[in-house]
Amino acid sequence: MRVFSLSLQKIISMPRRRQPRKIVAPPKFREYRPYGHQGESTGTVELLYEEYESIKLADYDGLSHHQACVLMGISRPTFARIYESARRKIAQALVETKKIKSVFGNVYFDRNWYKCTKCHNLFTLPDSIHERLCPMCKSNKIEFINSNQ
Amino acid sequence: MKTIITAAEPNLKSLMDLRFGRCQYFCLFDDANGGVSFIKNEGQDAQGGAGTKAAEKMISLGVKRIISGDFGPKAKELLDKFQIQLIKITDNNKSINEIISSIK
Repeated sequence: MRVFSLSLQKIISMPRRRQPRKIVAPPKFREYRPYGHQGESTGTVELLYEEYESIKLADYDGLSHHQACVLMGISRPTFARIYESARRKIAQALVETKKIKSVFGNVYFDRNWYKCTKCHNLFTLPDSIHERLCPMCKSNKIEFINSNQ
Repeated sequence: MKTIITAAEPNLKSLMDLRFGRCQYFCLFDDANGGVSFIKNEGQDAQGGAGTKAAEKMISLGVKRIISGDFGPKAKELLDKFQIQLIKITDNNKSINEIISSIK
């Protein structure tokens, strides 16, 4: 019985691996700084990429938490936790006149596949490529498909 | 722009290899001068991490576009980060020559 409880304890104390969060694009800023504040600036809060993405999906794009968590590839409670943490950090920065720094968190970038409806080949379009054409047949009849397919 | 096509054999008549990390040869095509060269894939029999190794090779070669049958998740993540365009060919009976002439 004792052996059993010990091994159980070992399992419990080992933290579960964190699921990486899927984001579409990193924030376009490195840092936000307070301007015209009184007294000394008092430090920095580190806003993770996934926290930025949660604010963007829920408040800027106006999605429900359920829709947003599906897009980020995480459960709804996890999304709610990240979103809550993001709001607390931003509130803290505003009240305590702190800088907001964007920090790479536990994320991976979503770059979905496109499909050419003419030659049926699949391809990606990195940001460095501006024309939205099929690279094989130069057709512009391309459609966006989900990478899970 | 440099393009890599995964090849089964080191000649233009060979078929495309449908795997990226474990393909036999990489065919390097440079559309600036039309030069074609074949590079043997050293990681094809690796125990693990063949895709990552191949992706690192692509980055060191300065390739901008890769044509293959499929890409593993680790290789894709790395290549996406370096803004390399990936193309999956669904028709698996195409020769290297046909592919090169269609992207010229």
